Amino acid sequence: MIISVASGKGGTGKTTIATSLALCWGEGLFLDCDVEEPNAHIFLKPHINERISVGIPVPEVDESKCSFCGKCAEVCEFNAIVVIKKKVLFFPELCHGCGGCSYICPEKAIKEVEREIGVVERGRSGKIDFIHGILNVGEPMAPPLIRQVKRHINSGTNAIIDASPGTSCPVVEAVNRSDFCLLVTEPTPFGLNDLKLAVEMLRKLTIPCGVVINCADIGDEEVEKYCKDEDIPILMTIPWDRRIAEAYSKGITLIDALPEFQNSLSQLYGKIERLYKR
Amino acid sequence: MKVVVSATGDNLSARVDRRFGRCPWFLFVDTESLKCEAIVNESADAASGAGTACAQLALEKEVDVVISGQVGPNAYEVLKQGGVKICIVPQDISVREAIDRFKNNELKQMEMRVF
Repeated sequence: MIISVASGKGGTGKTTIATSLALCWGEGLFLDCDVEEPNAHIFLKPHINERISVGIPVPEVDESKCSFCGKCAEVCEFNAIVVIKKKVLFFPELCHGCGGCSYICPEKAIKEVEREIGVVERGRSGKIDFIHGILNVGEPMAPPLIRQVKRHINSGTNAIIDASPGTSCPVVEAVNRSDFCLLVTEPTPFGLNDLKLAVEMLRKLTIPCGVVINCADIGDEEVEKYCKDEDIPILMTIPWDRRIAEAYSKGITLIDALPEFQNSLSQLYGKIERLYKR
Repeated sequence: MKVVVSATGDNLSARVDRRFGRCPWFLFVDTESLKCEAIVNESADAASGAGTACAQLALEKEVDVVISGQVGPNAYEVLKQGGVKICIVPQDISVREAIDRFKNNELKQMEMRVF
């Protein structure tokens, strides 16, 4: 089973839940797909033993073969190539690596070369197989790197995927094809607004979901009301507790700081399993 | 001289748009006759690369000068390589007034700052 952990709103406790759920599970894969700001390693403290560079194919133009016809610029959906009189200008940070330009070039003047966008690191944390992606600073495109992190999923392995906040392309890439998505939210208007967006996204992807309400005794009742109306199960509630925040700030997981959560986390896993099998 | 102005509307009374790549209209103006051609900026809502696409349009139209509120680094690079001057309008003024100021040499040429 592959469980993704997403949220909509940022800072609601995705990593808190994902890391402790992984420790509760005790084995399987842990994939930190928040490649713009990976932080699960701070909690799971894996011993990294593999580091792979990840790139995307970008065009390299041989101007001696180029007839400056401009077809490459025309086909580029992202305006990453500009052809002016006797010059071809390329803007690597705009390129999505689709290969359209080299495919369409009538002079065969464009070949594809690899441009690094980040790295994937792999290691072990106890029995947990830990993998995360680190996007290079300033790099705008996370999905190709997330795909490389997710390539480590084999059929039959259990995996927990920690996604980034929001509902943009990196989140879609991270949660896509997971068996179940856990949405961590807080009972505030902000939490609810972004939870709705996340639920909408998951419905389009046809991924079943359930909700964890963190800081459950602050805010209002609207998240609970929404979940009830939309028939979304609330699988766990975590009260506001300063000790959780203090532990987080020191890189200590929920389950290590407050072992009394062991039980509710095991129950959470059981509930997800039952929903998944249904 | 042929100039292109990023504009909020389709005639000389429109305001100069502060943005180059994301402005709604481009006005291609002959500074002598004040003959003006308005073109909708089809890249205004582009997911990315609006600046490079607009700069390419300016080069295709063979303008001598771009007048705008601000030009981003990618568009700047394309225009520079294409030998097009960039003049910056700091205030909210009409396209007509911007052209007048340009003709009186009152507009600053853009220098790229390196951050």
